[in-house]
Amino acid sequence: MSSSKKIRVLVAKPGLDGHDRGAKVVARALRDAGMEVIYTGLRQTPEMIVEAAIQEDVDVIGMSILSGAHMALFPKVMELLKAEDADDILVVGGGIIPEDDITELKKCGINEIFGPGTPLEDIVKYIRENVNA
Amino acid sequence: MNEKKEIKDALKDWENTTLSETITKYPERKEEFYTISEIPLKQIYTPLDIKEKDYMADLGFPGEFPFTRGVQPTMYRGRFWTMRQYSGFATAKESNQRFRFLLDQGQTGLSVAFDLPTQIGYDSDHLLSQGEVGKVGVAIDSLADMEVLFDRIPLDKVSTSMTINAPAAILLAMYIAVAEKQGVSMDKLRGTIQNDILKEYVARGTYIFPPGPSMRLITDTFKFCSENMPRWNTISISGYHIREAGSTAVQEVAFTLADGIAYVQAAIDAGLDVDSFASRLSFFFGSHSDFFEEIAKFRAARRLWARIMKERFHAKDEQSCRMRFHTQTAGCTLTSQQPDNNVVRVTLQALQAVLGGTQSLHTNSRDEALSLPTRESVQIALRTQQIIAFETGAGDTIDPLAGSYFIETLTDEIEQRAMEYIEQIDSMGGAPAAIEKGFIQREIHESAYAFQRAVDEESRIVVGVNRFKVDEEQEFDYLRIDPASETSQITQLLYMKGSREITDVVEALHRIKKVAESDANLMPALIDAVKVYATLGEICQVLRDVFGEYRAPDIL
Amino acid sequence: MSEDKLIEGVLSGKRRALARLISLIEDEDSSVSRILAKLYRHTGKAHIIGVTGPPGSGKSTLVTRLTTELRSRGLTIGIICVDPSSPFTGGALLGDRIRMQEHALDKEVFVRSMGTRGHLGGLARSTSDAVRAVDAAGKDIVLVETVGAGQSEVEVVEIAHTVLVTDVPGSGDDIQAIKAGIMEIADIFVVNKADLPGADKKVTEINAMLDIAPTSDKWRPPVMKTNGRTGEGISELVDEIQEHMAYLKSSGVLEHKGLQRSKDELEQIMEYKLTRELMTKLQGTPEFDQAIKRIARRDVDPYTIAERLITKFLASCRE
Repeated sequence: MSSSKKIRVLVAKPGLDGHDRGAKVVARALRDAGMEVIYTGLRQTPEMIVEAAIQEDVDVIGMSILSGAHMALFPKVMELLKAEDADDILVVGGGIIPEDDITELKKCGINEIFGPGTPLEDIVKYIRENVNA
Repeated sequence: MNEKKEIKDALKDWENTTLSETITKYPERKEEFYTISEIPLKQIYTPLDIKEKDYMADLGFPGEFPFTRGVQPTMYRGRFWTMRQYSGFATAKESNQRFRFLLDQGQTGLSVAFDLPTQIGYDSDHLLSQGEVGKVGVAIDSLADMEVLFDRIPLDKVSTSMTINAPAAILLAMYIAVAEKQGVSMDKLRGTIQNDILKEYVARGTYIFPPGPSMRLITDTFKFCSENMPRWNTISISGYHIREAGSTAVQEVAFTLADGIAYVQAAIDAGLDVDSFASRLSFFFGSHSDFFEEIAKFRAARRLWARIMKERFHAKDEQSCRMRFHTQTAGCTLTSQQPDNNVVRVTLQALQAVLGGTQSLHTNSRDEALSLPTRESVQIALRTQQIIAFETGAGDTIDPLAGSYFIETLTDEIEQRAMEYIEQIDSMGGAPAAIEKGFIQREIHESAYAFQRAVDEESRIVVGVNRFKVDEEQEFDYLRIDPASETSQITQLLYMKGSREITDVVEALHRIKKVAESDANLMPALIDAVKVYATLGEICQVLRDVFGEYRAPDIL
Repeated sequence: MSEDKLIEGVLSGKRRALARLISLIEDEDSSVSRILAKLYRHTGKAHIIGVTGPPGSGKSTLVTRLTTELRSRGLTIGIICVDPSSPFTGGALLGDRIRMQEHALDKEVFVRSMGTRGHLGGLARSTSDAVRAVDAAGKDIVLVETVGAGQSEVEVVEIAHTVLVTDVPGSGDDIQAIKAGIMEIADIFVVNKADLPGADKKVTEINAMLDIAPTSDKWRPPVMKTNGRTGEGISELVDEIQEHMAYLKSSGVLEHKGLQRSKDELEQIMEYKLTRELMTKLQGTPEFDQAIKRIARRDVDPYTIAERLITKFLASCRE
């Protein structure tokens, strides 16, 4: 029984793109919503993301990519999480991601993709409602 | 004097009677109106607002100090701005085809986008390059790719802008080497390298080395170009990415000019005479959605830079005080919802840039919030510029909004507020020190967060996003990069590596190491190395070993 | 994960189990005291090093550099970084991992970020137990980085064997930070960013303060110069850290501190348990409520009432 369970979220930028405006703004909004946000910064490989998620025992992984490398990197993260038996972690993505790719990504286990213009409130709400309590 | 008093009294009257009566009955849409930079706006502006203005000192004439009205005497009456669309994707071969298509379409300058591994100095076969090869631009591993990229493009005839920063000196070396193979000597080359590392630390994220050695690479290119490439723009000091990262217009001007000051100071400290390089500095701004503030921003930036160069750096040549700039419409204002609306946004933003006196312009394509643009979208974007140029008459007289009570007031406000920021940054020891402290990053982040909150709370309306929404199925035809192009790029790289003279490469890399450890200019050693097909990744690795790598401060 | 499985996992050094246990500790889960009770005899092996100092003194970079050096000496590492939680929302942005990228994939380096969750003193309430968990998981060294918000962060001295106090050349308010009570807790002073002008001056200043500081200890804190950026001085610093541990052992200070800490801890736990027992018994009873009202009316004084209630409680325990 938890007496003061806090939602812990890893916010990561996989790949090489340096546009972290969205990631930082989301990190800030989650903090302001009372969550503990672990921010890893730029240039994360899938291996680094999964390792950090495990050590930090997060409930959620949020990743943002604007470079178009999502189809290479997101599924890799899911694969590694499964290998670590950690695929109970809620995984969400954001960035410039075409509709067809979203379908594909959801098939491989990404729970939700938030496109440009998603209100911060929606992201907070989604996480609150879907974290494994 | 009398006339001013008359207006003043009449204004008071109007406010107290006509206006206040109406407002009592029909309140205005909002209690207070602000620009994006939070400059408060009045109902109207009158001659009273610009009564302090000294026409000659503050505005002057086009082509003359302080260049408020434009940097050329004839502006667009002489020649339109350069219509330059940033492009380039996947492989050098495909990019080359796109370039030749754009030149056929009437584009007048080339603009090269590189993929992220190239921008961060990794070859396509590097572990971190996985999934990124050819994604946001063309992959360049060695001179071999550069030869394909510019195949059948006469480099003495076009001007080429390369969006490259941390490894800018190496890409410039490759460009020089390709031109030489075409029989074009480097003094004939026209173009720009972005070469602006400071904004990479604060906004764009494609840095490699720490600030010290990065600034040295930049001053090396300044020096080399001032001696060998008189027509080359050695840097494009960029506010665009600062704006895209979430800054306001005032911050964009302030932080960009603060970066500019740091570069000029570094070059002077490296022993260069200010007038030997300052005329080759160029700038790059965004054109966002606040119509008048943006126009005023361009004018304010131009005047402020002129004053800084003259008063702070004692430039003697007026050419050193001219701020020439490229503009791109703001990518962050594009919406994925109802993407065709973006054509309208881009049109207005492009018009702002023209009214603000830009030297060249990139118009975004409507589908860029969804993916890389298709050929059709790129064409509409280019046509937008052509319509403004050829149909609207917007370029037929110079600086047409000058003298507007409102535009002049806004221009003053922006200049003054930007100057206050610059003074604050000076007090911290200049832009590099302010970046190290995370000050600039934090200021930008605060504005980005405030903007997003305003949109979420609907105090700022974005059509199709938080109002006037429709249920839409995305049936957009977008461009995809074939994942096979990554494999083919890597195969070619491996083949190239196998067929070059390896002892030459080792020797050239060794020489780079020696020069990097000394104070000598790196450019000649870089040119020699690319000519023997040392790869970008190999060269950057040598420099990483000598210079170290930059790690961002935690600013959240 | 069941409790037994979790304990087994922690003891065999599984990072998933360790990570989960730290979360339970942070969330004050009711299973924690049972689990820690079983882990207790497996703890006490790690050398715990605290790193504290004013903001901007390069603590994270120093921790990263220390880790590199300690790893090269074959030691396994746990790192706990504490950052402030927002007093308004309870949320926190934990960004220390940004600086620790080079160890991101080293399975022998375990990094955990903690928010203070309202606790003052430079650590989170649960940091001490989290350190114990890392210790039980078999890490040779546990590095604890405090908040570094400039307030007096002396709590780290209670959990660390060796406390490093970092400082940088130049800034005037460093002296203030030292005066605020950080001086006394340092086992080693680290003047970081030693390439900046004024590094030697800073070293002299600290030494001068040490000369006049009253001390009963035989250990005089050395003042080391390091450069987090280049790694200069790090190897010497690690030598000095190991030297300090040797001193703690040979002088008997370690044993003495261990006894002191055990006493403090036992007292704290008993105090907490006793108070909780007593209060569960009293809270909400008519007698208790009545007493409060009478105290407020000044009919009786709280001292007498407290005495009476405790005597009654103790008597009831005897029955």
